[in-house]
Amino acid sequence: MSQSTNETTSRADDRTRRSDKGGATSANTLDGIGGLGAPAADAFLSVRDLRVHFPTDDGVVKSVDGLSFDVARGKTLGIVGESGSGKSVTSMSIMGLHKPGTVRMTGSIKLDDTELIGAKAERVRELRGKRMAMIFQDPLSAMHPFYTVGHQIIEAYRIHNKVSTSVAKKHAIDMLGRVGIPQPSSRVDDYPHQFSGGMRQRAMIAMALSCDPDLLIADEPTTALDVTVQAQILDLIRDLQSEFNSAVILITHDLGVVAELSDDIMVMYAGRSVEYATADEVFTRPQHPYTWGLLSSMPRLDRVRTERLRPIKGAPPSLINVPSGCPFHPRCAYADRTNGLSQSERPPFAETHPGHYSACHLTREERTAIWENDIRPTL
Amino acid sequence: MTTTHVKPTASKQAGESLLQVTGLTKHFPITRGLLQRQVGAVQAVDGLTFNVSRGETLSLVGESGCGKTTTGRMLTRLLEPTGGTILLEGEDITHWSAGKLRPLRRDVQMIFQDPYGSLNPRHTVGTIVGAPYHLQGIKTEHGIKREVQDLLELVGLNPEHYNRYPHEFSGGQRQRIGIARSLALKPKLIIADEPVSALDVSIQAQVINLLEDLQDELGLTYVVIAHDLSVVRHMSDRVAVMYLGKLVEIAERDELYTRPMHPYTTALLSAVPIPDTQRRTKRERIRLEGDVPSPVNPPPACRFHTRCWKAQEICKTQEPPLVELAPLHQVACHFPENTDVPAPARAGAPLGDVVPDDAPRADATGAPLTPEQNATDDGDGLRA
Repeated sequence: MSQSTNETTSRADDRTRRSDKGGATSANTLDGIGGLGAPAADAFLSVRDLRVHFPTDDGVVKSVDGLSFDVARGKTLGIVGESGSGKSVTSMSIMGLHKPGTVRMTGSIKLDDTELIGAKAERVRELRGKRMAMIFQDPLSAMHPFYTVGHQIIEAYRIHNKVSTSVAKKHAIDMLGRVGIPQPSSRVDDYPHQFSGGMRQRAMIAMALSCDPDLLIADEPTTALDVTVQAQILDLIRDLQSEFNSAVILITHDLGVVAELSDDIMVMYAGRSVEYATADEVFTRPQHPYTWGLLSSMPRLDRVRTERLRPIKGAPPSLINVPSGCPFHPRCAYADRTNGLSQSERPPFAETHPGHYSACHLTREERTAIWENDIRPTL
Repeated sequence: MTTTHVKPTASKQAGESLLQVTGLTKHFPITRGLLQRQVGAVQAVDGLTFNVSRGETLSLVGESGCGKTTTGRMLTRLLEPTGGTILLEGEDITHWSAGKLRPLRRDVQMIFQDPYGSLNPRHTVGTIVGAPYHLQGIKTEHGIKREVQDLLELVGLNPEHYNRYPHEFSGGQRQRIGIARSLALKPKLIIADEPVSALDVSIQAQVINLLEDLQDELGLTYVVIAHDLSVVRHMSDRVAVMYLGKLVEIAERDELYTRPMHPYTTALLSAVPIPDTQRRTKRERIRLEGDVPSPVNPPPACRFHTRCWKAQEICKTQEPPLVELAPLHQVACHFPENTDVPAPARAGAPLGDVVPDDAPRADATGAPLTPEQNATDDGDGLRA
């Protein structure tokens, strides 16, 4: 069991500390386009200017193009984005799951004190499972159909722990029980297809947590599940996180899910981070037109919107031919207020409020006015 | 209250009935052995009764295995019911043959869930959207191509893309092609099976707006099958909740969302995550244990009793009938919520293996809360 870090400082203090490290202005950054500066003291995972490019016959696919964020133990980062935003590629890059030779990764991914980019494959394999683990969207395709669930958990456990099979099996049964699977001692010998959707996802969570990793990445863990089962799984992730004090990255397209579970939120578009702040900040004063677009285009459960839904016009861009300047500008209702900057220059990833970063050419005053007058009243 | 897209539901109810479904049932046989003897049945849909009025949008909501897709297919007669009746404009179409149904296909159309699987990849868009005209032998004034191009424009696509193939379009555009195809024959009723769930959030809104505009422009009636309760709230006039093949609650939209009566409906609504961090701690969360039982062997009497925190002995032995407990609000439950209708032993002990949420259901003295006390209203439309 990992030791829980004593976090006596409030989250607001963390944010101020981070911004005091001088990551705010573009003069003092890693890559000249804005950034977070040096990792925060309590960050367990620290990503700086991550770029993941896939050379293909049609051109270079820039799946991730300059991402920076931190995640601390016991905290949850929600990464929100639609198809093609680069969120899954980000998680695969952290876990080192890309096929070698197919990808060009630059930047820095620091897990605790280990730099993952450029690290030897054996080193990453050591860390994978033990210090970081991932649960996938579709457990039926993520788990091996020919091996029992117990076998798969045992295999993962024994790679990182020198124990006998019977000890490992006891641990597997214990984990299955912990994630809420009834009769774990008999279900441990069942195959993945013998579980229902929700139970299968729990089994995958058991597998991911069996080695007590410090970082759990959940890639769309509930998208394929019914809403009542989704609620159970999210509760489970929350409970396990506080029990194990893990850092959690939750990747989803569902703003409701991130509001429920995340401490911090990063909104991704076309491989870049367009907004990064605490969950409260993102929902009470979002600073990016894409975030506004997402909020405006969603029907709400708790109120009848008397206005029509306001969709974002157009469609997500190709990652081979990313639009120049700000990648969102072809779909942005406010791009014409920046005197051509949106078309020509990539916006700096800058701080508008303490700990609240976004990448937009509009000034903070302009954005506050638009949010207060145009967007919020219609939600 | 009368802005364009807040539907005046009362007047819609007075409208004539386009579709009347009574006791609709579909059991799929399970066979085994060389002789394919029937050993059981998947009781997908059991005894559904509801009406759809002209011009309204009725949504069928429920989780996996509730039978909503099967119901949609029966309404379009892609499947033949094993029991019950379907009346379309007064005519009983339940067991019509394929030949007799063919002219009917002009009036009832379907939009499918999967924009990738529902279009023939080897046909051009023009062929796909034009197919209904050919199949029905419809004569057009200016030619089918012209009709198709008008339809493409109507759904927000470029008519010049007439000769393109589905793979050249995005998911949202393909869904629009599916919608154009369903409109070709000017149908009266469209069954939309999860019309936006395969699409990205920002595209969903575009397609939802399109469906609403088309309904206003063309006087369409929709039956929408969906699981996303936020989308349903936005689009519907009335909502029907299904669980394991049964209709458990049906009501007008606002009524269902502000005063849900069936425990399953309240659990469903409380499980939907809301994009608002201020609400995080305030909501009363009802946790349902376990997964939905199999429709091969559904629980006896009330099918929800195995997961219901209010279940009593009667729920295991007597199936609750669907009764109207409030105007236009029907529920099938022995112990409904949010209602003054007296029910026996509301404060009785729940079943041993059902874990109740620790939400306050009784006041400090242990006496059960009245519906007024239970329905704390802080102006947000939700019960908690």
